[in-house]
Amino acid sequence: MSHPARSDTPATARADAVASEFLTFVLGEEEYGVDILRVQEIRSYDAVTRLPDAPDYIKGVINLRGIIVPVVDMRLKFRLAKAEYNALTVMIVLSVGGRVVGMVVDSVSDVVQLAGEQIRAVPEIGATIDRQFLTGIGTLDERMLILLDIERLMGHETMGLVAPEAA
Amino acid sequence: MDITRFHAAFFDESREGLDAMESGLLSLESGAGVDGETINVIFRAAHSIKGGAATFGFTSVTDLTHLLETLLDEARAGRRVLDPGAIGALLVSVDVLRGLLAACEHGSAIDEVALSGARAGLDALLGADAPAGATAGPARAGSDAAGAGDWRIAFAPAPSMFLSGNDPLRILRELGSHGELGVECIDERLPPFADMDPFEAYLAWNLTLPGSVPRAAIDEAFAWVLDECELGIETLAPAAPDAPAAASQDATVPAATSAAADAATAAARKAGEGDNSIRVAVAKVDALINLVGELVITQAMLRQRSEHLDPVANEALISGLVQLERNTRDLQESVMGVRMLPVEFAFSRFPRMVRDIATRLGKKVRLRTHGEATELDKGVIEKIVDPLVHLVRNAIDHGLELPGERRAAGKDDTGTLSLSAAHQGASIVIEIEDDGRGLDRDRILRKAAERGIAMPEHPTDAQVWDLVFAPGFSTADQLTDLSGRGVGMDVVRKNIAALGGHVEIRSRAGQGTTVAIRLPLTMAIVDGMSVAVGDEVFIVPLSMVIESLLPAPADIRTIAGEARVLRVRGDYLPLLDLASQYGLPAATRAGGEQAPPRIAVVVEADGRRLALEVDELLGQQQVVVKNLESNYRRIAGVSGATILGDGRVALIVDAGGLAQSAPLPTAA
Repeated sequence: MSHPARSDTPATARADAVASEFLTFVLGEEEYGVDILRVQEIRSYDAVTRLPDAPDYIKGVINLRGIIVPVVDMRLKFRLAKAEYNALTVMIVLSVGGRVVGMVVDSVSDVVQLAGEQIRAVPEIGATIDRQFLTGIGTLDERMLILLDIERLMGHETMGLVAPEAA
Repeated sequence: MDITRFHAAFFDESREGLDAMESGLLSLESGAGVDGETINVIFRAAHSIKGGAATFGFTSVTDLTHLLETLLDEARAGRRVLDPGAIGALLVSVDVLRGLLAACEHGSAIDEVALSGARAGLDALLGADAPAGATAGPARAGSDAAGAGDWRIAFAPAPSMFLSGNDPLRILRELGSHGELGVECIDERLPPFADMDPFEAYLAWNLTLPGSVPRAAIDEAFAWVLDECELGIETLAPAAPDAPAAASQDATVPAATSAAADAATAAARKAGEGDNSIRVAVAKVDALINLVGELVITQAMLRQRSEHLDPVANEALISGLVQLERNTRDLQESVMGVRMLPVEFAFSRFPRMVRDIATRLGKKVRLRTHGEATELDKGVIEKIVDPLVHLVRNAIDHGLELPGERRAAGKDDTGTLSLSAAHQGASIVIEIEDDGRGLDRDRILRKAAERGIAMPEHPTDAQVWDLVFAPGFSTADQLTDLSGRGVGMDVVRKNIAALGGHVEIRSRAGQGTTVAIRLPLTMAIVDGMSVAVGDEVFIVPLSMVIESLLPAPADIRTIAGEARVLRVRGDYLPLLDLASQYGLPAATRAGGEQAPPRIAVVVEADGRRLALEVDELLGQQQVVVKNLESNYRRIAGVSGATILGDGRVALIVDAGGLAQSAPLPTAA
């Protein structure tokens, strides 16, 4: 019997039921997945204008056809070993919570469909990433896909994209 | 046909109508507009709302508006004078109608308590009047059936009344002159004719008068005979509003059928009333502004590319580009003007608010407005209203004294609150001035000391008033429900800063306080000077630039070892290194003594001057300001971003923000 045990809020459970297509990408040795409906486009990484007062993983802003879009380097955010910037570096442009945000990754894999049974609950491990930002672990053949709640992740104040609420 | 499509227009227009009613009622109350036209305006607004509501089936709105309309109709026909009590009840009804409209718009629950309160108030005023040959009004029950709130008078003259020269008939006639008099004669004491004494009063009467007649008028009629009769004057408890309700139900049926026609004529009348305007969705205007912005960027790019061309060989092309630049600039100014509205829109709610607060606090306040025609971007107007409301409340609550106190201080017991707006250069300045007691400097300093806020030895007045903006700061001893919790002023400052503006206070003890808000006129397109700082390009708005110079090393001094200042013709200005100010990585800056001399750009913002240190001056161009906060958050010292001709992003320097963080001069 399928047991898509969701330890998270009902909102994420509903989101999973609706969107079962994920864009998968690689960060270091790991493979991640985000809801395809949040992905606006995929671009190469280009010159970025630095922002004052920004954490190191927010590289700056770019001009995306007239809109100023902040760029986050997930490899730095997840504190992976290395983050190179070369001709193969890729940026996924996301539309989350009414904002457009760019996310730099090592490479983009493919778009996969995951049925309910293929998504398992997140195990209880101490990880660099807070469990509240993960919607589950997807299995596809031999691949393990870490599914991100990208909307919650980008909107969270620890990401530094949103101004923290006044104390 | 899905009629709900038209709901939005109805709600918008009804809100405008309610605003018109409110300002009309307020001007009636202050005696300013006692002409028939004001009452007509109010009546027409109520009538339109009723018609529209009937079309869409919002019966609660229809019913209440119908009562309003009836009352107003009597007023405009001269059958009723609107006294302060009536105006008060009408204003309450306008408020309740606003709530009803909101409830209908959002599908939320109707506030029944408020609604029945408003209706009771109106019903009390209306009474059981039956205007002969009722036209639009409901056919009310005949004059003998007492309606809600009527007077019942039992008048039994003493037998000796005639001997004192009083004639009951005269009294009855006088009562009849106030309203429809219902008379029931009680003649049980009348003896047979043969036994009658002509000098003795035998008759008594039970009288009814409409509730709209003031009690004072009735008392006056009986003034001379009070101790010569048995007199009972009472009000009938308002009958359940079945009669008015049933009547208005009937009225809505014919109203519904003619509602469409009414709405059409109302709209036509509105259009014909010399208004000549079109309602346009804000989204369309914003799209237009974006497109013009893109045009400006493209034109800037073309201009940049053309700079390499040989001017002689390409004379036609270059002059064409110059023309294009002129056209683009004109177009952009025009389009920006579309979104500008007179600041009147922000000020319009204050007459009512000031009246209500002043009444509630027992203070007398006169509101003056100046410069209502000054124009401001619509988005800014919407966001400035909340801070203004807070500041006006503060002024009335804390600034203005009670009438007794004012008289003791030799002031007029009515305080004056003035709201003004004016253009000053590239900004608009909005000031809220009161002639109250002013800020108490010592009290504020004491409070600051209590809260452990560090202050220089001899603070200037400006520094002391600035404390008022600290979060949680309040010298009020008690909380009122209006203010005193100290959560207001810091939010006001934050909101104004979010609009790219600044707020400051001037005050004199015993004389009053002025709060001045300065806002940029338009945020969208700015003339800027592009400067290079390390690898990055920044834009400094030209309106802030005073001059740029290459300072001699001897002119750069330090204060207390840390703060750097630049001497410019005898003045010492704070010198900020933009690279370190913005936290740019040190590696990109050439450091040390061999570095090429850095240029200083002197800017002025908020009356403060400072010098910004940059690597190079690149040029001057018109830039389209892009909002950084739509996808990111606000950065201190940065007012926005723009896209250069080569597609790169450049940040725009917020000189005012930098000036605020610069070290303050201390008073001597």
